[in-house]
Amino acid sequence: MGDLLSLFINSVFIGNILLAYFLGICSFIAVSKTIETATGLGFAVVFVLTVTSPVNWLIYHGLLAPGALAWAGYPGLDLSFLKFITFIAVIAAIVQAVEMVIDRYSPLLYASLGVFLPLIAVNCAILGTSLFMVERNHTFIESVVFGAGSGTGWMLAIVSMAAIRKKVRYADVPAGLDGFGFVMIIAGLMAMTFMMFSGITL
Amino acid sequence: MEKNLSHYRDIMTRGIWSENPVAYQVLGICSALAVTVKMSTAVVMSIALTLVAAFSGLIISTMRHWIPSNIRIIVELTVIASLVIVTDQILKAFLYDISKQLSIFVGLIITNCIILGRAEAYAMANNPVDSFVDGMANGLGYSMILLAVAFLRELLGSGQFFGFSVIPRFLYDMGFQDMGIMVLAPGAFFIIGLLVWLKNSLPGVSHEKK
Repeated sequence: MGDLLSLFINSVFIGNILLAYFLGICSFIAVSKTIETATGLGFAVVFVLTVTSPVNWLIYHGLLAPGALAWAGYPGLDLSFLKFITFIAVIAAIVQAVEMVIDRYSPLLYASLGVFLPLIAVNCAILGTSLFMVERNHTFIESVVFGAGSGTGWMLAIVSMAAIRKKVRYADVPAGLDGFGFVMIIAGLMAMTFMMFSGITL
Repeated sequence: MEKNLSHYRDIMTRGIWSENPVAYQVLGICSALAVTVKMSTAVVMSIALTLVAAFSGLIISTMRHWIPSNIRIIVELTVIASLVIVTDQILKAFLYDISKQLSIFVGLIITNCIILGRAEAYAMANNPVDSFVDGMANGLGYSMILLAVAFLRELLGSGQFFGFSVIPRFLYDMGFQDMGIMVLAPGAFFIIGLLVWLKNSLPGVSHEKK
């Protein structure tokens, strides 16, 4: 239990998927203009990550990993090179399914999250989390916790960024630096703050 | 022939400079930041991305009349993912150390917005050769930013260039120190922010509208 908690804290703060591994920056920049939309996308990412990470774990360890097909009579088969194409297909399919389920059962939630869901399929944070999960040999439970933690970390980062951008909207930024350049510098300062957590051990 | 050449030159300058995918369209920076601690990883990543961008442009543009428009994203992703698998296998076979250092970021070329963006915006509407050149131009534009960031980070962060120490000994004796922050994540954000500032301040470049 302590290990899982430590993994969660680690993936939210110290190994923040956005500020330490630079994943999902495209939508981080594009969607952090207002707090409402940032929160909406943040929740969608948490949700999709918590679902896709364990599903990809099952598929990888059940079908693709070296020797995983031993039950079917192919103990020497190693399909792990197919993980990129499988993961991206699984993510796209899950995003589509989630969108349809939400649309059917919760129109209210769909109204707030619906527009963000298609964006998520190509958010590198989602694919990145699945690939990290394979590379770091997480167990099934760990993959759920890692997915939820990465999503929460991403959401924390984008919502804070939206809040900061709201505060600096009328700041007098030198011409040429305003816009993208300025956002990157704010992100750098945020990354420095998140690094302070690296002293924490649980 | 003369007209053709200037046509391709136009595509190249647009992709590399005036509409640079990273600095102008803010695409594909995820991986641009993560692999730029050292020049060697940045060079390999640049080559990989440029080739995937060029060939995905060529293949998708060749198939553009046969792709039904409602499933085009899936088809595009499949083409890109297949090319990335080939790239990853080649890297694992010939450059195993670097492929370990790039870790998941080769795989993330799939979700790199530059490639999907060019496939959607250019390859679906133009002929294969133009799309190939356009993909290559955007790949090179991305590489340019990537190499600039990697150069600064490796130089300032560890005093090296391609792993060789280039800062003279006497500077360290005079009290010069490597800037540790450049090796860490925040350094990448700062450098790319400052590069964009520099680029926007140069003449002849379209500005990002506020």
